[in-house]
Amino acid sequence: MSDLLVVEDLTVTFPTTRGPVDVVKDVCFTVGSDETVGIVGESGSGKSMTSLAIMGLLPRGAVTRGSIRLDGTELLGRGDKDMRRIRGNQVSMVFQDPLSSLNPYYTVGLQIEEVYRAHKGRSRKAARKVAIEALEQVGLPDPERRVDYYPHQFSGGQRQRVMIAMALVCSPALLIADEPTTALDVTVQAQILRLLADLRRESGTGMVFITHDLAVISSIATRVLVMCRGEQVEYGTAEQVFSDPRHDYTRMLLDSVPRIDDSPIDEVMS
Amino acid sequence: MTTTTVLPAAGAPVAPATSARRVAGALLHDWAAVLSTAFLVLILLMAICAPLISAITGHGPNDFDSAAIDTDLGGLPRGSLGGISADHLLGVEPQNGRDILARIAYGARVSLLIAAAATALTTLLGVVLGMLAGFYQGWVDQVISRIMDFLMAFPALIFMIAILSSLPTGNRSVLLVVVISVFGWPYLARVVRGQTLTLVNREFVEAARVSGASTGVLVFREILPNLRSSLIVMTTLAVPGYVGTEAGLSFLGVGVTPPTPSWGQMISSSVGWYAVDPMYFAVPGAFLFCTVLSLTVLGDRLRAAFDAGEAS
Amino acid sequence: MARYVAGRFAGIVVILFLVCLFTFVIFFTLSPDPALMICGKTCTPERIDQIRGVLGLDQPYFTQFWTFLTAIFVGRDYGSGANLIHCAAPCLGYSFQTNQSVWEMVVDRLPVSATVAIGAAVLWLLIGILAGLLSAVKEGTWWDRTAMGLALGGSSIPNYVLALALQYVLVVWLQILPFPSAVSFSDGPVLWFQSYLMPWVVLATGYACLYARLTRANVIDTLAENFMRTARAKGLPPMLTMRRHALRPALTPIATIFGMDFAALLGGALITETVFGLNGVGKMAADSIAKNDQPVIMAVTLLAAFFVVVGNLVVDLVYTTLDPRVRITAK
Repeated sequence: MSDLLVVEDLTVTFPTTRGPVDVVKDVCFTVGSDETVGIVGESGSGKSMTSLAIMGLLPRGAVTRGSIRLDGTELLGRGDKDMRRIRGNQVSMVFQDPLSSLNPYYTVGLQIEEVYRAHKGRSRKAARKVAIEALEQVGLPDPERRVDYYPHQFSGGQRQRVMIAMALVCSPALLIADEPTTALDVTVQAQILRLLADLRRESGTGMVFITHDLAVISSIATRVLVMCRGEQVEYGTAEQVFSDPRHDYTRMLLDSVPRIDDSPIDEVMS
Repeated sequence: MTTTTVLPAAGAPVAPATSARRVAGALLHDWAAVLSTAFLVLILLMAICAPLISAITGHGPNDFDSAAIDTDLGGLPRGSLGGISADHLLGVEPQNGRDILARIAYGARVSLLIAAAATALTTLLGVVLGMLAGFYQGWVDQVISRIMDFLMAFPALIFMIAILSSLPTGNRSVLLVVVISVFGWPYLARVVRGQTLTLVNREFVEAARVSGASTGVLVFREILPNLRSSLIVMTTLAVPGYVGTEAGLSFLGVGVTPPTPSWGQMISSSVGWYAVDPMYFAVPGAFLFCTVLSLTVLGDRLRAAFDAGEAS
Repeated sequence: MARYVAGRFAGIVVILFLVCLFTFVIFFTLSPDPALMICGKTCTPERIDQIRGVLGLDQPYFTQFWTFLTAIFVGRDYGSGANLIHCAAPCLGYSFQTNQSVWEMVVDRLPVSATVAIGAAVLWLLIGILAGLLSAVKEGTWWDRTAMGLALGGSSIPNYVLALALQYVLVVWLQILPFPSAVSFSDGPVLWFQSYLMPWVVLATGYACLYARLTRANVIDTLAENFMRTARAKGLPPMLTMRRHALRPALTPIATIFGMDFAALLGGALITETVFGLNGVGKMAADSIAKNDQPVIMAVTLLAAFFVVVGNLVVDLVYTTLDPRVRITAK
């Protein structure tokens, strides 16, 4: 397993009226080409900013330092044009709220097609075929018909499946899932988690899984990074972090969630 | 990082702190808002002190001054810029030499009074009917909503002119206020109705209802205070509209009847003279423009200040 | 869908009927006796009775109203015997002032109002939306602040003040435009364009400023949407992201507002037409009101209300095709 993504000393600074604030500070982690790394932390801990930094999608004014290497090439400091070729193509992202993350004015088919066409430069017809396949792959029934549906015609879980199809349509090397199950019902959460894990394994994609939910991370990640207020407080294999937390903050997080040792999603790991 | 403080639960509803002091503070730091307020205070003072201005300059709003106009030139004001001089600070009207400053000051009384009264009446009608519709829903809402649809489909300007021109020329100012309000309230009521509808189903209103609060308490303690900021903004933005409407109706000759001066009427009577005496329309036009602009800017900034308060 | 449209049509008919009734009752109870006005100075009681008979003014209100309504659909006859005048449907009566058929007057003047409205609409849409877009994209820059300051200012100028100021500057002072007059297109396109230019600008200014502010606010709101972040995360070209993902959601609400504004203008831009002496429906309204010409007042009120309610329906129908969320639930 080779190193797909290497993040070293990543620092993200925002200018504020009260001077610059580091929202991410000296974060280091590695994602292998065929594994899932979990980033855990409360809201505002900097985990989403870390993922946006990888995508090159930080808000205007943010300053980044350190290094983010994808397959050995440096991503930080690249121009927007360069980054556009990587986004959606080599690195793609699934967001928290699938309803607001999909444009309500267009069919899901078009929204999947446009990623494919932007990066692979294929015809509308070819892209449509790929979109239908992608929808089928994420387990959406009747994809030939549903490809022409609008986002509001799907349920929450189905919408997230559409988002996943959209993220995987160009077969990216790395998938960043930013709280992909937080906005969903508990029963649907498990399905989406299993889908993500299955698809990742089948396609050999590396995955960064961001969540505030430790139960979720324990079932899906091989390595875990715990963040608190922009800082990396713990980093190690999932087993290490959960069985022997080194840091008070991790211990506090672990105590705050009831462990569900035999939750159905544990099967994913096996 | 060794401290493990428990962070407050995210997303806990915090009451929007739209305190009057914070809004006032935001406005004080905005030069456009300060300038607008200053201008409006000036106009208000002018309107209040109109008799005083007349007494000082020695020209009433309806005093003819044949010395200030040149009968050889068809009654054009003597001197450049529409007869502006130490005696007549803003010039005189052509043909009869009435002092424009005095007429502007007295006209401000008419314009502001009508706009303020129309705003008050519109707000009263809009709030009462909008809240009735939103609070009781059912057939009450149906009836009020249909009336609003009907009034909003009405060609209001044509109709206002038509009604005003055919009504006996009794007290035109009162008529103007009534006519403007009758066609104006649905725009406010629509918003009030929508907000009341959502408020009625909110937990805190529900809680008050369950704990046995009377309708009056529900309306005045729970719902009305929550409408406050949008009402303030909407009424502030309504005033410039009504200043403009009054001036427009007077311009079309159906507003206040001469010799009572009004800004719109002054502009209207300057139409025939604009080519030879541009100051005649420029002065009332500038006053009208600056007043409407100031009120609009103030309303706009007020809304921004309230919005910022709700976002924080 | 068909049921929805049918329901809306019924609503329109009810509203137009109420507008008719309201206008009729108010004018025929408040205005001075039209027979007296038509009769003029050399009037005898017999002549007044005759006029009343011809116009049907001796009938009860309700009958008069009914005759007025049915005339629109089937026409009506005035007088009898040798003096019989048939007014073919759609009959809106004859002007008390000029004895012209009101319907013909409306048909005559509608093109002028439409020209004013269309020209102004093109101007204000172009300028308003472009300025708003630029301001939104360059939010917070000097361009944004200047444009929005101007927009606030522009929407505060009453259009008759702007009309007089423009006429003074362009016609009297700089003399780059001829004195405004009613010119038809057949008199030469250049002259026609020149004569309509000022009305267009005057009418468009207020709307352009309003639309610029609306566009800016909508685009800024849309740019902050989550789906815009998704579009960027997909690596789409910036122009495509802007055009496809930002503009359509941002401009759809503006399309509906535009529909209403435009429909209202077709009923006559009263002040602008009056100030520039353009013989449109708006000026006809102002003139008829000044002269208490009841059949014409009725007609212009009805016409304006017709445009507003029909415009409302068209906007709602178009909206269902512009916004897919509405389209599906409307069925």
